[in-house]
Amino acid sequence: MTTGNGAPIIVAKGLKRTYKSRGKPVEAVRGIDLTVREGEIVGFLGPNGAGKTTTLKMLCTLLEPTGGDAEVVGCDLRADPVGVRRRIGYVSQAGSTASNALAGEEIVSHARLYGIGKAEAERRGRALLDALDLADVWDRKCGSLSGGQRRRLDIVMGLIHEPRLVFLDEPSTGLDPQSRANLWDHIRGLRDRMGTTIFLTTHYMDEADALSDRILVIDHGAIVAEGTPAALKAGVSGDTITLSFADHETAERAADIAGSLDGADTPEVEDAVLRFRVPNGGTALPQVFSALGQAGLTPIGVEVKRPTLDDVFLTMTGRSLRD
Amino acid sequence: MTFFNDLWVVFTRAMRLSLRQPLWVAIGLLQPILYLTLFGPILEQVAQTPGFPPGDSWQIFVPGLLVQLGIFGGLFVGFGIIAEWRTGVIDRMLVTPASRTALIAGRVLRDVIVLVVQAMILVGAAWFLGLRVSIWALLAGLVMVALLGAAFAFISYAAGLAIKSEDGFAPVVNFFALPVLLLSGILLPMTLAPRWLQIVSDFNPFKHIVEALRAIFRGDFGSPEVLLGSVLAVLLIIIGAWVGNRVFAAQTK
Repeated sequence: MTTGNGAPIIVAKGLKRTYKSRGKPVEAVRGIDLTVREGEIVGFLGPNGAGKTTTLKMLCTLLEPTGGDAEVVGCDLRADPVGVRRRIGYVSQAGSTASNALAGEEIVSHARLYGIGKAEAERRGRALLDALDLADVWDRKCGSLSGGQRRRLDIVMGLIHEPRLVFLDEPSTGLDPQSRANLWDHIRGLRDRMGTTIFLTTHYMDEADALSDRILVIDHGAIVAEGTPAALKAGVSGDTITLSFADHETAERAADIAGSLDGADTPEVEDAVLRFRVPNGGTALPQVFSALGQAGLTPIGVEVKRPTLDDVFLTMTGRSLRD
Repeated sequence: MTFFNDLWVVFTRAMRLSLRQPLWVAIGLLQPILYLTLFGPILEQVAQTPGFPPGDSWQIFVPGLLVQLGIFGGLFVGFGIIAEWRTGVIDRMLVTPASRTALIAGRVLRDVIVLVVQAMILVGAAWFLGLRVSIWALLAGLVMVALLGAAFAFISYAAGLAIKSEDGFAPVVNFFALPVLLLSGILLPMTLAPRWLQIVSDFNPFKHIVEALRAIFRGDFGSPEVLLGSVLAVLLIIIGAWVGNRVFAAQTK
C-alpha cells in the first residue's frame, strides 16, 4: 500500500449543492473541502442519501455545484468542464452499456467519443478486457454478462481513454461476495499497475476498509471524519484486548497490571475474562505479556479486536451506518 | 470536426442497436401498411361524399398517413432514452468531451432514417393500391416525414429525459397525441367536419401541414396552403431542436 504523496489531483473548496424541493432549499452537499493526491485510493464513505453521489457527480461535471470551486486534474470545474471530462473516467452505479449491444462495440464507440481512432480503441479495449479477466467477452452481448463481469466492463469503458483519475460510484453494489472480492483486487490492481488515482463512493464499511488508502466519512452533506482506515479506527475507540485466565482471581490480578499500562482504559473482568482497550493492540500486546510474565501470570487465551468503521461512524454521528 | 465525429459515432451506435431489434423495425413498418389496407378501402367509399376535398382518395389519404408516421414515429422515441438513461448510458456519454448536441442529434438522425425508410415502403404500397402522384410530390412527402420525425424525436427525447419514467411519459404522449390526431384531418379531411370543429382545427398546426402535403399531392405546388404548411414544419423543427438541445445540456446543470 502506498499512500499518495503525489501532487493534488482533486482540490475542492466549499463545494455545495442545493436543491429546490417544493420551493424550499435542501442542502444535499453543504460546502465540502477535500484534496485527493495522485496515486491515492480515496473512499468516500457514508450512508445512502449522505451526499456521496451528488459530490461525485459535481466532481465529474455531471452536476453543477451551486457553490464553491474545484480543480480536477488541473482543470477548473466551472471554467473548463470539457478539460475535466477529457482527463477523468467515471463509472456510474447505473452501468454504462446497452443490454443488446456487443461489449466490443460499446467500448469502441465510447472511445471514439474521446477522439480515439477505431483501431487504437480496439487495441486498448482488448488489453483492458484482458487485464480485468474479460478476455472472451468482446463479441458478447452486454446483457448476457454476469453482474460482476458487467461491472468490470463498465470499468473498462471508464478507463478506455487512459485517465489518470477514475471515479467509481458504489462499485460493488449488487454483486455477490466472490465477485466483490474479485472486483476489489482489480481496483487495487489499477492503482498498483497503472498508477491510476481512484476516488470511490461506498456505503459498505468493508469495501471502504479493504480498498481505501484514505477515507472521507460523509454524513448529511458534510465530511465528518477523514484519515487512513487504521487511523480513523484508532482515533475513535482503540483496540479491544481480551485475555482469558484459569480463574477469576488471576483475571483480577491481571486487571490491576493491565490498568497500569500506558494508554489502557478501565479494565473489566467478567468471570475469568479480562477486557480492556488500548490505542493500538499490536504494540500493546508484547508489553502486556511481559508485565504479566513478571507477575507470574499466564493467560490461556488472547484476542485483539480492531474497531470497525461502523464504530467510527457511530462515534462521529451517533448513528450506525447500517441504519 | 469533433461535432461530426461525435454525431457519426452516436448515430451508428443507435442505428446498430435498432437494426439488432428487427422485430421492432418490422412492427414499425407494419403499422402504416395496416392503415393503408384496412382503412384505405373505407376512404375510397367516403370520397364520394359531398364536402370531400378535390383529388382522389389516395391523394387525400397518403399525405395524412405520412404526417401521422412523422409525428407518431418521432413521438415515441422518448421511451428509448428513458431506458438508456436508466442503464447509465446517457451519463456515460455526458461525461465524455463529446458535443452535447451530437449526443441527441445522432439519435434523432437514426430515427429520421428509420422513418424515411418506413415512409418509402408506405408510399410504395400505396402506389401498388392506386396512388398516382409526381415524383416531386413523393419527395416532398418524404422530406415532410423527415422534418416532422426529427422535430418530434427531439421533443420526445427532451420530454423523456425531463420526466425519466415510462409511467410518467406515456400519459404525456397520449394526452398530446390524441387531439393532434383528431384535429388534424389526418384520417378524414376536416372539410367533412361541422363548422365549430373546423375552426378549432384551424389552430392545430398539423392540420395545415397535412393540407399542404395534400395540395402537393394534387400537384398544386404554388398554393398558399403549401407555403403555410412548409413554414410551420420548418418552425417545428427549429423549436424541437432548440428544446431538445436545451434539455440535453440541462442534464449536467
